Amino acid sequence: MNAATLPRLARSLLPAISLAIILGAIFWLQPRAASYLGLNLMLSLAVPIAFATVAQMCVITVNDLDLSIGTFVGFVACVAATMLKGGLIALPLVAGLYPEADPATLPFWLTTPLVGWLVLALGIGVYALLGALIHARDLPSIVVTLGMSFVWLGLSVLVLPTPGGKAPDWIRTVMTLKPPYVPLPIIAAVLIALAAHLLLMRTSYGAILRGAGGNPKAIERAGWSLLKVKIAMFALAGLFGTLAGLSLVGLTTSGDANIALRYTLLSIAGVILGGGEFVGGRISPVGAVIGAMTLTLAGSFLSFMRISPDWQIGAQGAILIIVLALRAVIDRLEKRT
Amino acid sequence: MANEGSRDAKDDGSLPLSRVAGEGRGEGLLRDTGGAKRSGEAGLGMADTPIIRLDGVQKSFGAVRALRGVDLECRAGECLGLVGHNGAGKSTLMNLLAGVFGAEGRIAIDGVDVSGRHGVAEAQARGIRCVFQELSICPNLSVAENARVFHAGLSGFGWRRRAGKLIRDKLDEIFPGHGISAADIVGDLPIARRQMVEIARAFTVTSAPVRLVILDEPTSSLDAHVAEQLLAFVRRFVAGGGSVVLISHLLGEILSAADRVVVMKDGQVVAERPAAEFTRSTLVAAMGSVAAEEKEGPAEPARARSDAAPRLRARPPRQEDGRELVAHRGEVIGLAGLAGQGQTAMLVLIYGRLRGAGKGENGAFVAGDRQQDGVFPLWSIADNITITSLKRLRRGLMIDRAGTRAMAEGWRERIGIRTPDVNNPILSLSGGNQQKALFARALGSDAGVVLMDDPMRGVDIGTKQEVYGMIRAEAEKGRTFLWYTTEMDELRHCDHTYVFRDGRIVADLARSELTEEKVLQSSFADAS
Amino acid sequence: MRWLLSRPWLWAYVAAIAVWGATLAFTGGRGGAEVMTAAFTFATFYVIVGLGQMFVVTLGPGNVDLSIPATITLAGAIATKVMDTQNSMILAGLLVAIACGVAVGCFNYALIILLRIPPIIATLSSSFLVQSTAIAYGRGIRIKPPSLLADFTTAQIHGVPVLAVSIIVLSALMAVVLNRTVYGRFVTAIGQNLRAARLAGVPVGGIRFATYVMCAAFAGLCGYLLSGFSGGASLSMGEEYLLTSIALVVIGGSSVAGGFSNVPGLWGAALFLFLVVTMLNTYGAGAGLRYMATGLIIIAVIVAASGKRAVR
Repeated sequence: MNAATLPRLARSLLPAISLAIILGAIFWLQPRAASYLGLNLMLSLAVPIAFATVAQMCVITVNDLDLSIGTFVGFVACVAATMLKGGLIALPLVAGLYPEADPATLPFWLTTPLVGWLVLALGIGVYALLGALIHARDLPSIVVTLGMSFVWLGLSVLVLPTPGGKAPDWIRTVMTLKPPYVPLPIIAAVLIALAAHLLLMRTSYGAILRGAGGNPKAIERAGWSLLKVKIAMFALAGLFGTLAGLSLVGLTTSGDANIALRYTLLSIAGVILGGGEFVGGRISPVGAVIGAMTLTLAGSFLSFMRISPDWQIGAQGAILIIVLALRAVIDRLEKRT
Repeated sequence: MANEGSRDAKDDGSLPLSRVAGEGRGEGLLRDTGGAKRSGEAGLGMADTPIIRLDGVQKSFGAVRALRGVDLECRAGECLGLVGHNGAGKSTLMNLLAGVFGAEGRIAIDGVDVSGRHGVAEAQARGIRCVFQELSICPNLSVAENARVFHAGLSGFGWRRRAGKLIRDKLDEIFPGHGISAADIVGDLPIARRQMVEIARAFTVTSAPVRLVILDEPTSSLDAHVAEQLLAFVRRFVAGGGSVVLISHLLGEILSAADRVVVMKDGQVVAERPAAEFTRSTLVAAMGSVAAEEKEGPAEPARARSDAAPRLRARPPRQEDGRELVAHRGEVIGLAGLAGQGQTAMLVLIYGRLRGAGKGENGAFVAGDRQQDGVFPLWSIADNITITSLKRLRRGLMIDRAGTRAMAEGWRERIGIRTPDVNNPILSLSGGNQQKALFARALGSDAGVVLMDDPMRGVDIGTKQEVYGMIRAEAEKGRTFLWYTTEMDELRHCDHTYVFRDGRIVADLARSELTEEKVLQSSFADAS
Repeated sequence: MRWLLSRPWLWAYVAAIAVWGATLAFTGGRGGAEVMTAAFTFATFYVIVGLGQMFVVTLGPGNVDLSIPATITLAGAIATKVMDTQNSMILAGLLVAIACGVAVGCFNYALIILLRIPPIIATLSSSFLVQSTAIAYGRGIRIKPPSLLADFTTAQIHGVPVLAVSIIVLSALMAVVLNRTVYGRFVTAIGQNLRAARLAGVPVGGIRFATYVMCAAFAGLCGYLLSGFSGGASLSMGEEYLLTSIALVVIGGSSVAGGFSNVPGLWGAALFLFLVVTMLNTYGAGAGLRYMATGLIIIAVIVAASGKRAVR
């Protein structure tokens, strides 16, 4: 029995080990990185990536794939940098209609940030609707979300035709908090991992959600609605995607439609790196967050190695391939025992 | 009047059990009634009303009549054994009881007619559970979480602990010393433990009571010790007033655990007696056909086996003794036994080996499971027939259209595929005619060995006769056929028959030795 | 009716012509020919990668090549550097670009087999590496393509782009490969039912390998031609081709589930996508609306296609 559990243990620890190795390598190359400031700097971008990865994981859990998460995150960032800060009037499109207007005299509905919240809520609603559509008509999620990626990109360009805007101050404040002892990104990562873990792994409905990825027929036969499961999972993806966009704009302070295009592929890589399976509902929220952090650190690692940042993406790919190869080796060992 | 009586009985009958369920400790009552089966019956009042009762139930799938008028009763406090050979209708009957599909005829639960509105949810609410092998668990969830999927009531704070306790207690009760933790991921467990989880889960109780559990080959992957634990539990459960339908090909299990045995054949109940009145041999005899048929004997005189080097030999991976499958040129070799005993895996293995060998021998495969293994659904009949022979049908780099058409047309006539045009989609054909196209694909290839995976399922009798003749003729030309079949009659066309059980060859019968009884005996032999 | 249903690609052409008509209606008929010339010019590059992606998608569910954009960029960068503006090196550049694609394809398939991972993950991982190589290699390279290559990719005869004609010939060739060769038949068989294909004697591994290599080779070719067309390789030249290549396959009437595809639809879809953008441009719509229209069209097509299947 021990022979069988050893590979399994190795597989579940693999994400954490790879993060530890890359952190260790960084600290060894540059001991000064092992400081509050260093960690804060290296990991701050891990927060939005971790949110996006968790969003992708929700979709992967039910055997789908979201190719639109990157542009969706960009859309949220654009909305946050405009409407969430200054209401409708912050949109260049609307501002053009009221030239010379004194902000103080404008009607409430043009200036309230509530509109921004409403739009973000609608975004999550669209995600839920997509889940329903994909389930009801048995559509390939890759194609539907591919279409949606164009839609989100188009909406972002409508909201913010050129990079700019300004993040609401409170997001800015939250994202630049300097809590004592532990840098914010680490606290945030722990909280994200904890929240996703509780939601998907510990609640009783979470078991149903994951079960629907493992054996949808059994879930249906036990009397659960697969439609509701798909809606719930896509809505969750929308929610985490929104949080990714908000945290990203808090770091960059301004919005850009193309700001997060790479998140689509990064988030898939993060889920896989974190020990999630592509099909079958086997996922690990904690692993996914760790995977996102590992991918983020790849860039810092290179810069400490004095390797050109051009290779950052390559390093991410290499880490992904190495971890997948290790997993294949472990699987083979497991089969032999 | 009768109706009223049965309604009373239902109310009386369900009360004690639902009270038990309310206490959440059904097993206590079920256990301590041990010897008091009779007192249990007295407590239940009119226990004469069966939990479920079928009257003249019929069920057809297309042209196949799976059930032709079955009467059956399952009573509280009784274990009903169900046996029959391949295609007798056991699994159809099981799905019917579990409410997976409806059927013609009358179905009554607790004396109330539910014909036409019997569904899975209904059945579960009435305490009827079914262990669908491997089909109803989520491999990515833990043991406790799988229990939760089954019980909507297991939610809220502490659900994980409650679900874990529920399933652990039941596992402890049925399989003491099982070694399964509630936190184990089911997919990581060995198959025997997965099956134990599935069985234990069927007996867990939260809001709905458990009154009738259908176990379909529950011991197929359990070792002898664990199987015994299960059977002992079945006896305890039954003694406590529960009811079990036990389907098994291990006749010893049936004879020791069941109170009453129902023997099915060809969609009908052919014998129904208390278990004590059966012996192994009378059971086997009941499953077989009438003795008169037996006298016809082999259709042709048996031929002596050639001494020449065989064309192929293969040993099943799980075979421990020296037995192996041997096939010569021009032979038709039968693979027999109950369905799913490793015959298909054997054929696929041989096929892979023939293909891997490269030049020399060539194999062709005739699928039995047409949708999964055979048909290319988007293609025409002609494309489906010619795929295996495409490399011969080239002119230069291109596929020779005239050649493929000629081949398809030729086979349409030879094998009698009923279609006006071989360019029609393959799905425009009936199942039997699709099967003919698959035969044409294999026979039309240059393969020396043809592997057939129970290919006659759902094929009409006329087609069968044509194909039998064709197999014989092709064998005489020197081809070798490996023919897995679940139909006894087809074995008569084979020169040699290997009977499979549990992935092993357990009997090796030349045509002269072949009798239905021998095949049944070895198919149903007990592990001991 | 049956004839129509068996040719799902017709719809893409109908739609393309309708959109073209709508554009002309707005301009009062002026500029129709110029629009078509531009459409064919840009559609050409879409179709080159679409061809490869279509064969990959035909292999069945889970088969998508995500490494196309990275391959385009890398092949374009290497080819321009090898040619170094010299006309005599044009052929060498072409060979190098295609060889670069072949190498990426081999790497992709090696990952699929060795790591036993779904193709989508394998091509995703390799795209990271290839993209990075392209960035590191191509940074700072601002080499113009050889003048002959630039002339060839932009040449027109009476408004007919020469490159488009060549790629139409190539497409016709690939249509024959798909429909009339053993290889094409085997690809379609695998996409319909992998297990049945194996049991019918199809060499599944070899066919999949060849398909991934071919797809990457087409991406290499696209990178080569694109660098000639746009006056040199750039780091972002492959970007839009990932989503577009998948969109072409879907809109062209091929089945995303595999086993059923056609070449003519790629051209219809490529023209359609370009003409939609042109039409919206003419109507004065900004980039935002153009993107949205593209996205909604893809979703509408896949919903309509699924409805057809449900009826059957």
